[in-house]
Amino acid sequence: MTILQIDRLSITFGGVRAIDGVSVAIDAGQVFSIIGPNGSGKTTLFNLVSGIYTPNDGSIRLAGETVTGLAPEQLARRGLSRTFQNLQTFFRMSVLENVMVGRHRHERTGIIADLLHAPSVKRQNEATRQASRAALARVGLADVADRSAGSLAYGALKRLEIARALASEPTVLLLDEPAAGCNPIETQDIDRVIRSIVKEGITVVLVEHDMRLVMNISDRVHVLASGRTLTEGTPDQVRSNPAVIEAYLGVHGSQEAVRAFD
Amino acid sequence: MSVRALLETRLLSAIAVAAIVIVLPLFFPSGYYYRIGALVFIFALAVVGLNLLMGFAGQVSLGHAGFMGIGAYAAAIGPVHFGAPSWLSLLAGAALSGVIAFAVGRPILKLKGHYLAVATLGFGLLVAIVLTNEAGWTGGPDGMAVPKLALFGWRVSGSDEWYWISGATFVGGFVLALNLMDSPTGRALQAIHDSEIAARVLGVDVARKKLTVFIVSAMYASVAGSYLALFNGYITPEGAGFLRSIELVAMVVLGGMGSIVGSLVGATVLVVLPQVLTVFHEYEQALLGLIVMGFMIFLRRGIVPSVAAVIAGWRK
Amino acid sequence: MAELLQFVFSGLTVGAIYALVALGFTLIYKASDIINFAQGEFVMLGGMTTVFVALAGVPLPLAALIAIAVTTAVGIALHRFAIAPARDASPVALIMITIGASIFLRGVAQIVFDKRFHSLPSLFGGDPINIGGAAILPQSLVVLAGAAIIVSLFWLFIDRTLLGKAVIATAANRLAARLIGIDTRRIVDFSFAVSAAIGAIAGILITPIALTSYDAGTLLALKGFAAAMLGGIGSAPGAVVGGLILGMIEAMSAGYISSNYKDAVAFVIILVVLVGMPQGLFGRAKIERV
Repeated sequence: MTILQIDRLSITFGGVRAIDGVSVAIDAGQVFSIIGPNGSGKTTLFNLVSGIYTPNDGSIRLAGETVTGLAPEQLARRGLSRTFQNLQTFFRMSVLENVMVGRHRHERTGIIADLLHAPSVKRQNEATRQASRAALARVGLADVADRSAGSLAYGALKRLEIARALASEPTVLLLDEPAAGCNPIETQDIDRVIRSIVKEGITVVLVEHDMRLVMNISDRVHVLASGRTLTEGTPDQVRSNPAVIEAYLGVHGSQEAVRAFD
Repeated sequence: MSVRALLETRLLSAIAVAAIVIVLPLFFPSGYYYRIGALVFIFALAVVGLNLLMGFAGQVSLGHAGFMGIGAYAAAIGPVHFGAPSWLSLLAGAALSGVIAFAVGRPILKLKGHYLAVATLGFGLLVAIVLTNEAGWTGGPDGMAVPKLALFGWRVSGSDEWYWISGATFVGGFVLALNLMDSPTGRALQAIHDSEIAARVLGVDVARKKLTVFIVSAMYASVAGSYLALFNGYITPEGAGFLRSIELVAMVVLGGMGSIVGSLVGATVLVVLPQVLTVFHEYEQALLGLIVMGFMIFLRRGIVPSVAAVIAGWRK
Repeated sequence: MAELLQFVFSGLTVGAIYALVALGFTLIYKASDIINFAQGEFVMLGGMTTVFVALAGVPLPLAALIAIAVTTAVGIALHRFAIAPARDASPVALIMITIGASIFLRGVAQIVFDKRFHSLPSLFGGDPINIGGAAILPQSLVVLAGAAIIVSLFWLFIDRTLLGKAVIATAANRLAARLIGIDTRRIVDFSFAVSAAIGAIAGILITPIALTSYDAGTLLALKGFAAAMLGGIGSAPGAVVGGLILGMIEAMSAGYISSNYKDAVAFVIILVVLVGMPQGLFGRAKIERV
């Protein structure tokens, strides 16, 4: 079943067509990766899908419902969540509190109750804390729950953002370069976390540069170049596609690469 | 900080503040100090509200005295022009402030950084201008007298009586603010401060939350303004003016942005200082300017967080 | 008709001052991204210092030059001691610093000078000239001419001199400017100095008409800022146009609607511009990258 359907999406920034007629169909429960050289529009595509940008053309359908142009908070309520390439950690809060914000769309108290710390708020806080601890456990951060978020290492912060997004119980999770800046050990941790997420039936859409991670973990790979679709297929198909190598390394480079593989 | 610690801190802070209010008069050399104490708690109440907006939600308001002015003049106009009891006028003022905060907040809270700062500045000044010009209602630039508060036949006029009223109200406002911090709305607000975009993708309706905290902080200021009017017995448009707005922000910054306890510290410093310097009344403005500059340049975190950091450093 | 002409002239006159204040804002904003709320104090210092130095017996022209020099020094000191040490602060923190500086300067002026209104003699006498039925003060013409000269000099400087180009470069991209060898700190010093000087001259020009006092700066700063926002913050021609428009609207509303709410015009404009068209008349909307 197609959970995320992107049709001929386009957006122009001041004369530059950042995304040009891109169509993608993602099936539920998949790990779907979007790759491409720098500037190919991967993060722009994510920003379009997560409602941060509004496209000029095309449509986006989530679980059959047209969601083009909806704001990020509205998409969150429909089960779409994402992490960020440049960390958007809530540094002033503790690790646990970061994840608790992730529970926001499941919390049901109003401002008056909050001000008065009504019993409903006490119960809500407790429920939120429990669910948040569970999310932290899944990414292996349960024992640092009460530390300040600012005290965590980079790789841990990336996992924290994933836990936070998981806490919102998404059906589709967009991970924007989760392994960027991570060393091989941290990347392995990310790999494990993603696999465990997929086991629960959450669809994971990945933008990533780390080719080993992408090839190991993806069910399908979509290649962007200069804002347009270059090709799409299984990891093996994409890996051996000369046009893909050319897009990354240029014509010269791809010739060199061919020679290197001989 | 562990959950247990947070709980203890909240309860502990509330008890500590209530204790301060109760115990302080034992140290008063004379009855005059009740007056200073009352003023401190009145301003501290306004500052707590402003701190929710600036320290937690990370927004800025350089026109908050406008809401104090609305509350103050409501407490005056109600009895004088409508014959309404003072307490009812106070509530009406708070409601009016809330409504105005809603109307003004919706468009301007979309702005960020210095644009928001200037928009709130413009708002505060407009309120002051209206209060100055509508002399028929407000008595114009010279202001108007405010009838004393009367509650069930008890006429509240003494400084000591106002000390207990404003002290109790401050403790109440303090507790409400602490409650808010430890709630879904509070977490959402703090998240907005750190990363609006991340808050949004997690489902936080940022625009609505900002508006909510703006309205709450406006009502805090309005109540404080009403108290000030009823306490002093006289009000002028300066109470809603630019200098007062900057004083409020200075109190927030001094005490520590985001520190509810700091609100009391900031209010204390800037209320007590002019009292200490009555001989040097002329130097007040220059000193206020120097304090604002000094803190924003060198001690941006404010007194309470800086002290807390030093103590944390000792512990290690 | 004569009445309209009267309003136009008084509107242009006060608008010229707003334009100069706005120009000062814009120069500092362009060079350093800071909104300097002490801009109005530069205007106040120009007028008040001239008055008091002249009162001490110094001939007026020399007093004016001294006032400009003093104000320029204050401008540089403001940057060196209050702004530069807090370079990494948020925009709001920087505004608070300039607001603090503004209040500080007011407070000092209150002590060093006094709390009364002061005036300066007009350059060509106080008798109104009759132009088309409207009574125009000669000093109005002086103000308009002075503002025109300053704006032209400013434009020439930015467009024709190397230093002017350096200011533009710093405004466009600070890091890139430093990489090609521009001492951005000196450039910002310079922009503060020039803004202060422009403000001081504006103060000296307008004092014969509008009088001055220790607290005249605050309202001027806000109106100058409203003008800069209206024109598009960061646009020098916008600042000038914005100032003139604001002055005209103020004069018209004072004349035809209510003189009490004259001051409110600027603040209403601030709110309307910020909410409706934040980039102003000549500015460009910024695209944010996430």
